[in-house]
Amino acid sequence: MGKKTTTSVRDLLFGDLWEYAPAPQSTDFVDLDDAYGHYIDGEFVDVGAEDSFQTINPATEEPLADIACADEATVDRAVKAARKAYDTVWSKMPGRERAKYIYRIARMIQEKARNLAVVETMDGGKPIKESRDVDIPLAAAHFFYYAGWADKLDYAFPGAQVRSLGVAGQVIPWNFPLLMAAWKIAPALATGNTIVIKPAETTPLTAMLLAEIIDEAGLPPGVVNIVNGKGETGAAIVNHDDVDKVAFTGSTEVGKIIQRAVAGTGKKLTLELGGKGANIIFDDAPIDQAVEGIVNGIFFNQGHVCCAGSRLLVQENIHEEVIQKLKRRMSTLVVGDPLDKNTDIGAINSREQYERIAELVASGEDEGAEKFQPTCSLPDSGYFFAPTVFTDVTPSHRIAQEEIFGPVLSVLTFRTPEEAIKKANNTPYGLACGIWTDKGSKLFRIAGALKAGVIWGNTYNKFDPSSPFGGYKESGFGREGGVHGLLPYLEVR
Amino acid sequence: MANSYDVPRVPSVDKIAADERAAKFKTRSIKKEAKLKGLKLVISMIDLTTLEGQDTPGKVRMLCRKARRPMLQEGLPTVGAVCVYPPMVPVAVEELKGTDINIAAVATYFPSGQAGLGERIDEVKRTVEAGANEIDMVISRGAFLAGEYTRIYDEVAATKEACGDAHLKVILETGELQTYDNVRLASQIAIDAGADFIKTSTGKVSPKATMPVTLVMLETIRDHFLKTGQMVGMKPAGGISSAKLALRYLAMVKETLGDAWLDPDWFRFGASSLLNDVLMQIEKQRTGRYHSERYLSIS
Repeated sequence: MGKKTTTSVRDLLFGDLWEYAPAPQSTDFVDLDDAYGHYIDGEFVDVGAEDSFQTINPATEEPLADIACADEATVDRAVKAARKAYDTVWSKMPGRERAKYIYRIARMIQEKARNLAVVETMDGGKPIKESRDVDIPLAAAHFFYYAGWADKLDYAFPGAQVRSLGVAGQVIPWNFPLLMAAWKIAPALATGNTIVIKPAETTPLTAMLLAEIIDEAGLPPGVVNIVNGKGETGAAIVNHDDVDKVAFTGSTEVGKIIQRAVAGTGKKLTLELGGKGANIIFDDAPIDQAVEGIVNGIFFNQGHVCCAGSRLLVQENIHEEVIQKLKRRMSTLVVGDPLDKNTDIGAINSREQYERIAELVASGEDEGAEKFQPTCSLPDSGYFFAPTVFTDVTPSHRIAQEEIFGPVLSVLTFRTPEEAIKKANNTPYGLACGIWTDKGSKLFRIAGALKAGVIWGNTYNKFDPSSPFGGYKESGFGREGGVHGLLPYLEVR
Repeated sequence: MANSYDVPRVPSVDKIAADERAAKFKTRSIKKEAKLKGLKLVISMIDLTTLEGQDTPGKVRMLCRKARRPMLQEGLPTVGAVCVYPPMVPVAVEELKGTDINIAAVATYFPSGQAGLGERIDEVKRTVEAGANEIDMVISRGAFLAGEYTRIYDEVAATKEACGDAHLKVILETGELQTYDNVRLASQIAIDAGADFIKTSTGKVSPKATMPVTLVMLETIRDHFLKTGQMVGMKPAGGISSAKLALRYLAMVKETLGDAWLDPDWFRFGASSLLNDVLMQIEKQRTGRYHSERYLSIS
């Protein structure tokens, strides 16, 4: 023991002395159809004469299924089914009865959790440990939470009476496919609305499995309608005359188009859009935990997170220490096969997104920021991007301003709390921020000064159905989760 | 023993986030050849321990023979050390003659450490003379909690001196220090004072070793190494009785300190029942099935 106590090499070696053997999640039990159409009025509609497209596994680039692309006529059928279900059944059903259906969906998600997790990972590229431990459990939790509200709406807003709106048209993104469906569907059902929802075109599969669950749960036909398609389908939902409420999660660019489209129509609107979250590390922070928080903030789900902590603001006097620790930590991240249980960073969701990330990273290099990527071997096929940190970034860089939506962190420094606040707010977005400090008073003061909808103190990327989520400024408006998440689906009198 | 030791400023530790980080190592999936290799590594890192009032020469002989030959099957490593009370050291010396197995003894009036420094130092010297080449000392937790950090430093430094060539493991008894901030500070003081290893627990106080406490200690070791180039070893002790848990600890070492610490020179488990569970798992890997406990010799 203790043959040598000092060494001239003063760095840690994260090598192959004891490598984790591959631990692939089995996919034998996954039984996907060759093609998926829509779920309208309680019926599964086959891919018909409409256009179709393929959804692929981004880790292998192999197609998983053909997906129908709903045209205006199909969307119209779905909206009509939703209207009929609203008028004849769902709006009249007592809350306690609606709750039973929602609880049933929640339990069935739990029962089928493994299948859902594996399909989520195959279709979207996220690590199985995240779909297994985060996406699917949170989706079930969201249904459980809002099921509890269904018969208590009269008590949600004391002194006010509430009424459901009608038909909700919902368009969701590809970063948390099933979870975003849950965020949209659960509160809408609890409040007595009916739904036409479109999953993202690169990740439609778990929505179709959810359709099977909803069908099996015996929801009255037309209460939830799921239509597949691309942007045009989404536009058809948003622009349909008989939709009372539009809920969109996605890019700020599309959000602006939607806001223009619904202006003056009387449709109620909520938007949950992009972000460029600041993760602020003060010199009195618990450093090792803060480094974990940085990693969790930007590399969780390959950085495909609208509330990602993609701008690291670190106090100048600890910049060097934090960056060294961060780089070492990044060297231990396992990048690769999303189905491997040890994978920390999986595949980029699509070629299109991969190219966008690559383009922004190139711009960062061109603009003179310093790039770091740990040595890691990436698979030959599939869309994989090594975790990346840019130091020496200033607010005028594109990588400090634009949402990259990938595993790319831009590091800026600050000297004083005032400068930290200024820099954190120096963005068109305002979705989420993190604050790391051991001083409670400082934490609360800074939190109050940040213009963002979600502020995490000494943690990052924490989600709970009872906690409202949503943005300021160009990150959108309206809240999802918590009692606040009922409001967008209710008329309050 | 006045000196000018400045109590170090150590980073604060956020309990919730540290617990979360430690829990993530539990999701590492260690299968097949990685599992087998890891299990063998675990055996070589075990300080096979008996620290009971009822210990007799016969019991210690049984323990030493188990340490030399964990099971009948060939090709398995011996354990890292046996760990006994000082009066049992001569028995262990005799039984382990001709092997590489280290002889660790708990000195300094283990487990409470409630004795004058002179008595504690004497015990260490006598134990080393008797043949122990590793000394597991306890710090004065009362003094630590009373804020007498310099005293802790001085006592560890004096014990280290008394050890001579024997290696010193410093038991913090983290179950009594309670907060991670205390654990971090105590680790740093022990390292500054010359600890070759820092160790979580005596095994006599609950909670014993936990993954988050061990993580905080590993991070102290890491930061010290990066600052000074000096390696310090780590020994979680108590409560680690399953092979599965031991492998999770190894994953934590691998991802916190890297390959250099995946070595019995730098990482040990203080345990007694862990060995047979590891052997059981090795047999499972070899044959594909679990066999009965009755095929495993007791120690």
